[in-house]
Amino acid sequence: MSILEVNDLEVYYGVIRALKSISFRVEEGETVALIGANGAGKTTTLHTISGLIPMRKGQMIFDGKDLSRIKPHALAAMGMAHVPEGRRVFADMTVLQNLKLGAFSRKQKAETEETLQMVYARFPRLEERKNQIAGTLSGGEQQMLAIGRALMSRPKLVLMDEPSMGLSPIFVNEIFDIIAGMKADGVTVLLVEQNAKKALSVADRAYVLETGEIVLSGDAKELMDNERIRKAYLGE
Amino acid sequence: MSFLNYLINGLSLGSVYAIIALGYTMVYGIAKMLNFAHGDIIMVGSYLVYSSMTMAGLHPVLSILIAVIGCMVLGVVTERVAYRPLRGASSSLAVLITAIGVSYLLQNLSLLIFGADPKAFTSVITWKGITLFDGALQIRGTAIVTILVGLVVLFGLQAFIRHTKSGQAMLAVAQDKGAATLCGIDVNRTIAITFAIGSSLAAVAGVLFCSTYPTITPYIGAMPGIKAFVAAVFGGIGSIPGAMIGGLTLGVIEILSRTYISSQLSDAIVFAILIVVLLVRPTGLLGKRVMEKV
Ligand SMILES: Nc1ncnc2c1ncn2[C@@H]1O[C@H](COP(=O)(O)OP(=O)(O)O)[C@@H](O)[C@H]1O
Ligand SMILES: [Mg+2]
Repeated sequence: MSILEVNDLEVYYGVIRALKSISFRVEEGETVALIGANGAGKTTTLHTISGLIPMRKGQMIFDGKDLSRIKPHALAAMGMAHVPEGRRVFADMTVLQNLKLGAFSRKQKAETEETLQMVYARFPRLEERKNQIAGTLSGGEQQMLAIGRALMSRPKLVLMDEPSMGLSPIFVNEIFDIIAGMKADGVTVLLVEQNAKKALSVADRAYVLETGEIVLSGDAKELMDNERIRKAYLGE
Repeated sequence: MSFLNYLINGLSLGSVYAIIALGYTMVYGIAKMLNFAHGDIIMVGSYLVYSSMTMAGLHPVLSILIAVIGCMVLGVVTERVAYRPLRGASSSLAVLITAIGVSYLLQNLSLLIFGADPKAFTSVITWKGITLFDGALQIRGTAIVTILVGLVVLFGLQAFIRHTKSGQAMLAVAQDKGAATLCGIDVNRTIAITFAIGSSLAAVAGVLFCSTYPTITPYIGAMPGIKAFVAAVFGGIGSIPGAMIGGLTLGVIEILSRTYISSQLSDAIVFAILIVVLLVRPTGLLGKRVMEKV
C-alpha cells in the first residue's frame, strides 16, 4: 500500500503556477528521491504535503486518509514528520528541548523517553550535547538535530528537504549514511535533494522535477544511467 | 528611612507595571503583535472586582477569581474575533489598528455600563503592613503584597514555560511558527493560551493597582498600560526577565523622580530615560540583538 499518494497536485503563489499537476507516490519502506534544480518546486511540494501552503487542485492521500481536510498540526500525530529546508531547529532552546518538541503530539512520557534513547543511539553526538543551545551547534549537528527531532514522533513517513544543503563534504557523507541507516531500519523517506548523485545512490526510486513538472521517474539505479540525468544532474 | 520607603513604593508600583509588561511581552514574543488593548483589560478587571465586591457584596477572593476568569475569557475572545482573522495579513499595521479599536471599544463599553464618574475601589488588601525601627519605617501591606505577587507571577511563569508542554510550545511558536506546526503544535491554540495568561495577569495587575490608587474610571488602564509597554520595550520586548526588570526600574524611577524632582515631570523623566536606553541599546536591556546567520 502506498503510504503517500499525490495526484494532479497544483499549487500557485499568487498568479504564478509553482506546481503544474504533479503526481507521485511513496510505498511503505521505500526511500524515494525527488530531485531537481534550485527553484524547481521541491520545497513547495513538501510544504504542500505538510499543509503549510494550500493546494489549488489535486489530491493527497496519506496512510489512507485524504489530507484536504486535515489541519497541518495534526499530521505529526498521524505519523508524518518533516525535516524542513534550512533545518529550522529552535535555536534558543537546548538540544534536548528540541528533541522533546519533536515528540509533542505523543502522550505517553515513557514512550518519549524510550524514543529519545533510540535517537541518541543513532546520533551519539546529540546525547553528548543535549544541554547545549541548538543555535550554537555546527550546521551538520543542527541537521542531525532536525532529523532527530523528526524521528522523535516515530513517523511512518519522513519528508526531508535538502538535508545536505550548505554542509561540508564530510558532513554530507555522514548525513547520507544516516539516511541509508534509516532505510535499513525500515523508515520510509521522501527525500528532496539538489545533490542528485547522492540522492540517487541512496534511493529506491526517484522523480525528477523541472520547473514545477515531473519530467522523469523510475528506478533510482536506472535513472543514474539515463543520458539526460547524467548530463543535467550528474555533471557528466 | 523615607528614601527606603519611597524605594519600596517604587518597587510596588514597578511590580504592577512588570505584571502588565509580562502580558505585553508574551503576546509580542509569541503572536508578534502589539496588543494595545492590553491596558484596558486592567480596567475591565478592576470593574469586575468592583462590581462583584462592592456592588454584589461577594467575598474579595471570589471577586478576584471572577475578574481573573472574566479577563481571561475576554482576552481569548478578542484574540479569536479581532486578531486571529488578521494573522498572516500582509500588514502588521492592520492588527495594530484593530488593537487600538478594541481598546476604544472596551473603554466606551465601560463608559456605557458604569458611567464616567469615578468609582471608589475598596482595597482587597486589608493588612495594614509592618512598622520597623520604632516607627521610623512603615511599609504598607499593599506594597508588600504587590511585590510578593509580582515575584510569584514571575517565578510561576518561568516554571510554567520551562516545565510544561504548553510552555515549551510557546517558546517554539515564538521562534518559528512553521517548524512548530511541523512538530504537531497547534499555533492558534498556543497563541490563545498566551492571551489567556496575559489577560489574567492583567486582571491581577488591575486589582493590585486599584488597591494602591483606589479610584476607577473607564480610562484607568491607559496610563499603566502605556508605561508597562515602555517597561517591556525598556527590558527588551519578548524577554520575560526583561519585562520584570523593566517594570521594576520604571516604577522606582517614577516614584523617586515624583518625590525628589517633580511630580509633574515624573512621566517625562520616565519617557526620556526610555529614549536614552533605546538609543544606546535599540533592543532594550535584555533584548536579543538580531543575529545574522549564514
Ligand atoms: N513564498 C513564495 N512566494 C512566491 N514564489 C515562491 C515562494 N516560494 C517559492 N516560490 C517560487 O516557486 C518556485 C519553486 O520554489 P521552491 O519550491 O522553493 O523550489 P526548490 O525547493 O525546488 O528550490 C520558485 O520559482 C520560487 O521562486
Ligand atoms: Mg527548496
